Amino acid sequence: MAAIFVYITHKNGTADDSAFELAAAAKALDAAAAPCAIVLGGTADVGQVAGQVAPYFSEVITIANDALQYPNAEVYRKALATILPAKSLLLLTHNSFSMDLAPGLSVKLDAAFASDVVGFEGIEGDTLKLVRQEHGGAVSSRSACGLANGAIISVRAGAFKPAEAGSQGAVVDKSTEVSDFSSKRSFVEVIAAEVGDIDITKSEILVAVGRGIEEEDNLAMVHELAAAMGADVACSRPVVDAKWLEKSRQVGTSGQTVSPKVYLALGISGSFQHMGGIKGSPFIVAVNKNKTAPIFQSADIGVVADILDFIPVLTEKINAGK
Amino acid sequence: MDIVGPAQFVVLGVKTQIFSILIPVVAIALFAYIISKRMVPLRKAAKDERWDRFGERAAKVWSLWLLQIKQPRYMLAGVLHMAIFFGFLVLLLRSLGLVFIGFQENFHWPFLVGPLETWYNIAKDYAATIVLIACVIAGIRRGIVKPPRYAVPSQYGKDHTGEAVFVLAIISVLMISESLFEASAFAAGAGNGHFAAPLTLVAIFTAMLQGSSAGTLQAIHILSYYVHDLVFFFFLCFLPFGKHFHVLTSLFNVLFMRLEKGNIKPVRYGLAGEDLDQLDSFGIKKVEDFTWKHMLDFYSCADCGRCSDQCPANAVKRPLSPRFISIKARDLLFKSYPVWGAPQEASALIGGIYSEDEIWSCTTCGACEEECPLAIEYIDKIVDLRRGLVDEGMVPQSLQKPLSALEKRGNPYGKTAKQRGKWIEDEAFAQAVPVKLLKQGDTVASLFFVDSVGSYDDRIIEINRKAAHLMHHLGKDFGILGEQEKDAGNEIRRFGEEMLFQEIKEHNTEAILEADPQEVITTDPHAFNALKHDYTGLPPVKHISQLLVEGLDQGKFSLRPLEESGKVYTYHDPCYLGRHNLLYDEPRRILDAIPGMKRVEMEKHKDRSFCCSGGGLALFYEPEEETRMGVVRVNMARAAGADVLVTACPFCLINMEDAVKIAGLENELKIVDLTELFAGQVELVQDGDRV
Amino acid sequence: MNILVCVKRVPDSSENEIRLNRAGNDIDTDDLVYAVNEWDNYAVEEAIQIVDKVGGSVTVVSVGTEENEEILRREMAMGAESGVLLSDPLFEDADGRKLAAILSAYIDKNKFDLVLCGAQADEGGAQVGGMLAAMQDKPFASLVNMIEVLDEKKLKIGREIEGGSQEISEIELPCVLSIQTGINEPRYVSIRGIRKVASVEIPTLGASDIGFTDTPLRLQKLEYFQPELGAGAEMLEGSDEEMADKLVALLQAKGGIK
Repeated sequence: MAAIFVYITHKNGTADDSAFELAAAAKALDAAAAPCAIVLGGTADVGQVAGQVAPYFSEVITIANDALQYPNAEVYRKALATILPAKSLLLLTHNSFSMDLAPGLSVKLDAAFASDVVGFEGIEGDTLKLVRQEHGGAVSSRSACGLANGAIISVRAGAFKPAEAGSQGAVVDKSTEVSDFSSKRSFVEVIAAEVGDIDITKSEILVAVGRGIEEEDNLAMVHELAAAMGADVACSRPVVDAKWLEKSRQVGTSGQTVSPKVYLALGISGSFQHMGGIKGSPFIVAVNKNKTAPIFQSADIGVVADILDFIPVLTEKINAGK
Repeated sequence: MDIVGPAQFVVLGVKTQIFSILIPVVAIALFAYIISKRMVPLRKAAKDERWDRFGERAAKVWSLWLLQIKQPRYMLAGVLHMAIFFGFLVLLLRSLGLVFIGFQENFHWPFLVGPLETWYNIAKDYAATIVLIACVIAGIRRGIVKPPRYAVPSQYGKDHTGEAVFVLAIISVLMISESLFEASAFAAGAGNGHFAAPLTLVAIFTAMLQGSSAGTLQAIHILSYYVHDLVFFFFLCFLPFGKHFHVLTSLFNVLFMRLEKGNIKPVRYGLAGEDLDQLDSFGIKKVEDFTWKHMLDFYSCADCGRCSDQCPANAVKRPLSPRFISIKARDLLFKSYPVWGAPQEASALIGGIYSEDEIWSCTTCGACEEECPLAIEYIDKIVDLRRGLVDEGMVPQSLQKPLSALEKRGNPYGKTAKQRGKWIEDEAFAQAVPVKLLKQGDTVASLFFVDSVGSYDDRIIEINRKAAHLMHHLGKDFGILGEQEKDAGNEIRRFGEEMLFQEIKEHNTEAILEADPQEVITTDPHAFNALKHDYTGLPPVKHISQLLVEGLDQGKFSLRPLEESGKVYTYHDPCYLGRHNLLYDEPRRILDAIPGMKRVEMEKHKDRSFCCSGGGLALFYEPEEETRMGVVRVNMARAAGADVLVTACPFCLINMEDAVKIAGLENELKIVDLTELFAGQVELVQDGDRV
Repeated sequence: MNILVCVKRVPDSSENEIRLNRAGNDIDTDDLVYAVNEWDNYAVEEAIQIVDKVGGSVTVVSVGTEENEEILRREMAMGAESGVLLSDPLFEDADGRKLAAILSAYIDKNKFDLVLCGAQADEGGAQVGGMLAAMQDKPFASLVNMIEVLDEKKLKIGREIEGGSQEISEIELPCVLSIQTGINEPRYVSIRGIRKVASVEIPTLGASDIGFTDTPLRLQKLEYFQPELGAGAEMLEGSDEEMADKLVALLQAKGGIK
């Protein structure tokens, strides 16, 4: 069995929660594995991040250089290609950076590549059986991934429960092994998403509305319900795409990450991109007319109803109870 | 006293007769030149076929142009206009006669002799008086009262009041000068046996001028003549520069008006089928792409604003006002084809005078065309402009999805064709009503064309099951095409995707004809309209309301009285049943047949019905608007005192059920379908118990 | 600028409910209709808009069977100048890596300043663009939601990153970009537009034409299955009124009503 490496996503000196999920994913791949974390970044951050992840891995390789301050996939790819031994298995989190980095890295390492994996079903010989979701989550697929030349696997955030801390792994600095920081792509800036009048990341109660609202005019009833509950209004991507609500109210991987106490999802199917934006295990209530909507899998309470009919009834009941 | 006419008068040694000849000659030459320039774009315009059915056209000229039948729909403005119009007609003879009097003293129309001349003179005296009074009232109305209908929103340009008041002033000057010319002669005792009709301008002026000196009367006589002559010919040459062009063009505009209802013009007259593929461009992209009749429409627009006043899109503040579709195009024609100077290069209309949203905002309800006193067309132009947009790929994202679903699956919802006939499989329904699901080769006497919304929307399916039950009750042998049916395409065509419509039409036509029915029955007015007007070679197409009226006439229904007494009902005319197909009375007869029916009319009903925001693809379009048309409409129903609004169109039902929720009127107003309501009151025959 | 856009034929997910077949191991294709991958369509629109601004030409390429001609024509009707179909028995059932290799072999025989792919397709791999760039040794960016041509050698691009933010960078040409939806508003393709290009010749190139030699698959799909359902939500029962009553009580208990 080849060595398992885990690429650590971090920001502002803090490792992303997904780092601990990947530690668990590595164990799911091979219970006997001694996974090794890799932390790349600027000199100010790397040591700190390595310290945070060390209890979850048997070893942490660090590469610190201020040329790595902002993650540039081309530069990082060269660094990883330099330090990864042949036939390694590299796990990373499926996100916007992995999409930049991983496919090209797999070509450079001549390794297999599987993206957005949600489960592992064991290794037989040189073949790993893995599970992915396709067609927007409508169906799952089981694939055989050849490991003979190593593999790069990006794992969906949230697919594995974070690992428990174990014994402290050793931190090994390999900064000196990397010297080529050239790139044909240069970072200019990050334009932050517009901040709206309400910061939903701070809200305790959220009423989130999705495609099921059908038309812009129907949003009025959502605002009324939110007012009755003392909640803020959030939404899923289709509502923002239709320009019915501002981008700053969007929950999901391409929107805001929220951690309310109560999350009322109205007419939201519950794609993983949306659910990826909900953290801190709130009490989730889902109202959807489609009883097979995936959101009912993640919710605590489910209501099968047409939200256009149900919302006014609920608002009335809440107001009556006051 | 003796008075000298303009034909004999000499001033400073010059005979004024020379002016009497010069003024008309120069003015008529100038007028001919202006008109020839105005004709330039019409000659470059697209083909149009209007040289047919002259009997019907003459009838339209009689009623619309001569009798002005649309005018009193706006009572005050209409009556004022009729006064001025009829006055003008009467005075035309007099005004032309005056031109001849300028160089031939004692000119008489040879056909106006004896008592006829006397009667004419009385008539024209009153005509001039009435026209002047009408002009004064109209001037006060336009200049001081300013009805909101005439306002020009800033996005459409500057206020038009100046032009309107100026023309009223010109007309007033004509009336006054003509009267003074005659009054001065009467006051001088040179009436030639004529007299001023009592209580007319001439009579008043004659009385005022009594006792004036011979010199004064002579001066007034000559001056008023030339003021009239100059202003008359100025007016003639001024007409083609503004909204009063309609004085000249309206006769032709009405003569060549569209005679069909509910149809859509072909992409290019004379081209069909395969030939269409040869065209370089589709639809209207620049002003020259309009047909000559449509350009004549632009010239003929009198800027009266009635179209926009009735337009539901304008009412809810969508970026569309039909009046300015005409006015902006007219101004562009004037600018691109100037009277003096070379024509300017054509530029794109969209992004120029029109915006994309403006063109997509129309629901094709037809309220504007119904109202226009001059029979100006809008739907064909909007559709032609949309064809141009579709050809350029400029289709809103919200419409792209349903269009591609229509292309791939024959319905805008993206549902599979297999599901199309599923609604008849409901167990309880199937037991009560046997509906034939036609397979290839099957034939049937009556074909029920269900269309997409009725095949896939749960709410509309319920209504169609009721409709099927009624057809069964009437003893119809009927079936549906199921998988073989595709969307009828009423909105595909009206949203400009002509070739997709043609493909779907061919498919449906073949499927329908294969079943060899004697009639095609629809419950959806949009399908009804498309099959009736856009398809060719089909057996008679009927709407369910026609069937029910037949049944009533034959006494085939025994009706229970309404359970809830005291409720007030009102009927909303769907655009594609009413205005486009003139089925106004049938639905009302059906309602009134129900015992205990208490029915009121909304203020806007029948041909003035207010669109609920459109059907088919219109449901997918997301317009900019302040309120929804449906909300406006349900409020109208409430204002009429109705508790129940009845309609006979699935889209009206969907739109207004939504509107009732938005308006918060769930407890006050119920929206019901005519068929469903009626079926609920009929003792229906179940399968098996037919005798 | 000569731009190549790689397009894939996929089940039209906006119109289809993807279901498994009776055996439960593959997607039921009976009622599927196919279309160009949505992301790829945005890429083609973007390419056309770039060429409208700076000149050049747009070529669309697809790997598959002659069924793919339909999507190529659709993109040509949008305004792509030419279409190329890469078809060979050797190409069948390719994984992402092999698809990238086929496209790379085709690109080797031609000169493109810019290659665009969709950020992802029906299988959600989000990989072909990145692999292709690596094979071609060209710079790459994924999830691109803005392109501005700076000069003949450089583009300014935006990427959609987490939290709805946009990462701006500059990238040298030639390069490969994978395009995110929402970068533009793709134009409509009318039936007439498709008819106009119906008879345009679409060259079909096989493995030997582009010098492609087969490589083993690294990722082989074994089967499809329906995701296992977790414990799921406690479902409320009854009429809307009754469910609302229960929900109000629950929300109150959980502090969901202030």
